[in-house]
Amino acid sequence: MTLTQTKTEYEVVIGLEVHAQLKTKTKIFCNCPVDFGAEPNTNVCPVCLGMPGVLPVLNKQVVAYAIKTGLALGCEIVKHCKFDRKQYFYPDLPKNYQISQYDQPICSNGFLDVNGKKIGIQRIHMEEDAGKLVHAGSDRLHGSDYSLVDYNRTGTPLLEIVSLPDIRSIEEARDYAQLLRSILRYLDVCDGNLEEGSMRCDVNVSLRPVGSSILGTRSEIKNVNSFKSLVRAIEAEIERQTEILNSGGKVIQETRLFEENSGKTVSMRSKEEAHDYRYFPEPDLVPLEISKEWINEIKETIPELPHNKKIRYPKDYGLNSDDIKVLIEDRNMAEYYEAVIRLGANPKKAANWLIGPVTAYLKEHKTDIINSCMTPVQLADLLVFIEKGIINDNIAKAEILGEILSNGTNAKEIIEQKGLAQITDEGALKQAVKEVLDQNPEQLKQLKEGKEKVRGFFVGQVMKKTDGKASPNIVNKLIDEFLK
Amino acid sequence: MKDLVNKSAKELNKLFLSKEISAKEIVNAFYKQIEIVEPKIQALNSLTKDLAYKQAEELDQKVSRSDKLGPIAGVPIIVKDVLCVKNYHATCSSKILENFIAPYESTATSNLWSAGAICLAKSNMDEFAMGSSTENSAFKKTKNPWNLNTVPGGSSGGSAASVAAMEAPVSLGTDTGGSVRQPASFCGVVGLKPTYGRVSRFGLIAFASSLDQVGPFARDVYDTALILQHMSGYDPKDSTSLNVDVPDYISKLNIGNLKGKKIGLIKELIGDGIESEVRKSVENSIKILKDLGAEIVEISLPNVKYSVPVYYILATAEASSNLARYDGVKYGHRAQGTKEVLPMYTKTRQEGFGAEVKRRIMLGTYALSSGYYEAYYKKAQQVRKLVTQDFLNSFEKVDLMITPTCPTTAFELGSKVEDPLSMYLSDIATIPASLAGLPAISVPCGFDSKNLPIGLQIIAPALSEELLLSAAYEFEKTCNLFNKTNMKVSAVVVG
Ligand SMILES: [Zn+2]
Repeated sequence: MTLTQTKTEYEVVIGLEVHAQLKTKTKIFCNCPVDFGAEPNTNVCPVCLGMPGVLPVLNKQVVAYAIKTGLALGCEIVKHCKFDRKQYFYPDLPKNYQISQYDQPICSNGFLDVNGKKIGIQRIHMEEDAGKLVHAGSDRLHGSDYSLVDYNRTGTPLLEIVSLPDIRSIEEARDYAQLLRSILRYLDVCDGNLEEGSMRCDVNVSLRPVGSSILGTRSEIKNVNSFKSLVRAIEAEIERQTEILNSGGKVIQETRLFEENSGKTVSMRSKEEAHDYRYFPEPDLVPLEISKEWINEIKETIPELPHNKKIRYPKDYGLNSDDIKVLIEDRNMAEYYEAVIRLGANPKKAANWLIGPVTAYLKEHKTDIINSCMTPVQLADLLVFIEKGIINDNIAKAEILGEILSNGTNAKEIIEQKGLAQITDEGALKQAVKEVLDQNPEQLKQLKEGKEKVRGFFVGQVMKKTDGKASPNIVNKLIDEFLK
Repeated sequence: MKDLVNKSAKELNKLFLSKEISAKEIVNAFYKQIEIVEPKIQALNSLTKDLAYKQAEELDQKVSRSDKLGPIAGVPIIVKDVLCVKNYHATCSSKILENFIAPYESTATSNLWSAGAICLAKSNMDEFAMGSSTENSAFKKTKNPWNLNTVPGGSSGGSAASVAAMEAPVSLGTDTGGSVRQPASFCGVVGLKPTYGRVSRFGLIAFASSLDQVGPFARDVYDTALILQHMSGYDPKDSTSLNVDVPDYISKLNIGNLKGKKIGLIKELIGDGIESEVRKSVENSIKILKDLGAEIVEISLPNVKYSVPVYYILATAEASSNLARYDGVKYGHRAQGTKEVLPMYTKTRQEGFGAEVKRRIMLGTYALSSGYYEAYYKKAQQVRKLVTQDFLNSFEKVDLMITPTCPTTAFELGSKVEDPLSMYLSDIATIPASLAGLPAISVPCGFDSKNLPIGLQIIAPALSEELLLSAAYEFEKTCNLFNKTNMKVSAVVVG
């Protein structure tokens, strides 16, 4: 469903707040490991438990990751900033305040180029994550028999990346979120897993009459756990707001929860019920100074990002946009591809192989290119063997590729061991072609009558006789000679 | 034994190192003294006997092996119940932490134990260090050893009274707006608040993070310097601790340092509201300082008059946040019989906190609330900067500054409980240096007609503790009140 299908007179205005868990070894203010599979309350210490008398000490790696992300998103990086306390009572928040950044975020005024349109990044700030509640007898704290708290996640570093309300369609929102995730993964600062919550999206949605420049009243939607939910949640919210507006009502500013099962958003709290967070500067931490040198040092570590590759690949490699999308989704795949090209492989062929059989194999074996045994040199070699006609595509796919990917054996060895080299010797193939033609007089008659379809049948039969090693070109040539 | 408790930390250390007495004998003597005076003074929340005897035994072994031991080895110390001593209660004199046992050691105490000091007990205080009389303790009311009908001051009243009553030669307090200096003044002992950041705050249960500092009490300046020396220093666990070397304070304690020094008398803190006997005593102190060769000049710090309101906005704002963690979820008191989380929070905090703590949480919450932040918290931060700037400007003209530590001498128990504002004004002279993060000391400078001690406050520029201590040392030597202190207090409490 798109906007035009609901009601035409409204334009949707969307802004995204993305929380990205950073892949640091330790938490933001203590030395506990960041590790998600651990037993409840094992990766905790007095600092992240908010015990009396303990103090936070900032993990510099978090700052480095924030700067890296800011630079990648074209942000200004501040020279100095501070942390603030965001205060509210909730059992998953051990101090009953969250150390965050309020009026001096580390990065601001950036943008993300989504399909050629600049979506503004208002700000990026650092903060600590809260713990997790487990409720018995209810899915919410309210009404549960009892609740348990797991503080393992408490103090995990987060970046909050806030876009401007520049997004104008559901598709744009999804593309923005996907590109942002891809960039965070390229930067190796966040693993971007929405289902596991290492990347979380809050969506601000409002409607306004087409042509109006005044923003409508927005609602904020939480609990969006996948790109699919993101799309469904915005659809549902547009529908809800459209109905209200069409029936002459007013949208109220509130926070809403997306319910996966019903596919609807439900009210969580209104503006009147919103917390007064009573922000004030965190007195336990000193203001943060960020030097030009440090920023430059970090700049050096930023790889070429997917949206740059997207612009460069058609020019350099002549690929179409669908192929590019698949190749650049994952940084390792893109860099692998580029390595294969640097070894002299044909860009189009290399792309087809990576997108096709290689990806299929990786998916089937639940692994990725970096964890497979095939080096870029090995793939480039395989492509050379095909190009030179030593093996054909089918043999390469069926007999060789899997072995390289799983064992790292060179194509040359496999070809020799299995005797897979194509038969290109006309003398050797002549007999096979003759036999096949003789044994199938009915089909031969058809072929002679000009039914070229039947030619494939004969090529297939020859292949069968030669264990697939016959060169299809030569077989065709020989068939032509027999028909003369 | 009675002779032993009269001794200073310096003397005890000398006796211990020369093997004339063992650490165990020292501990025994002070626990005996505690047994005698504690029923009257009520300065202590708990004894840390297991730790004290364990530390004493180790020290005695070391001394018998002739291991190298330093100048506070064998010195017994009493620690304010706001500092964490590992495996012992840290109650903050609050019902909400009544059963809280610290699983870690504060850096300040850890430094002292490493240097061979012995932990005797945890002392009573105003709940969460909020108060000026120690009457806000949830557990007991500490009495001033000079007159059992008067308060010892606060919030570190237990630590101050314990040293005056010779339960220990030295003790630790914490000072946020005067909580070391004011009780030192009331109890006739020396109390020092270091430069903010000089001593680590790790393991100090926070009242107001941007103001809190650990400070020593002793019966003379030498012992004060000794303790400060060994607990100071940079701590990577406290981001606000200063990464600068700690000078050798003891070697700087010389006679003759005051000659030619310019000392500013802060005009705004010697006028209205200061009891005439206190003012007279300060005037007498000025004479002594002049005799020692110092030049006294009257200076004006125009913004100092805003210090009390500024302090009560900033300190309560920070406190409202720092105390939010006491909610019954993780540790400490939890109210029984509630079914939902919100009633559990409110009942827990209603039962667990005393009236003054609740008052300050509400004040601080209000000051930070949306719509009031700009008018209160932000404005107060701006004025705090102005007060700091006033000090910086004046320290271009003078080396040190003096004020009475407190406008009055110790007041009667219960006399200000119903009047928080007049209680708050008790800190009028100590708050300015706290806001500016400056080191300041209170040294006994006389007695009023009721024979209650009066303190002189000396303030120094940031990180100038050596100058501050050497000035106080020379003043103390000339004032010569020390023997008088010992005798009179002994008479009251042992009597
Ligand atoms: Zn931790």
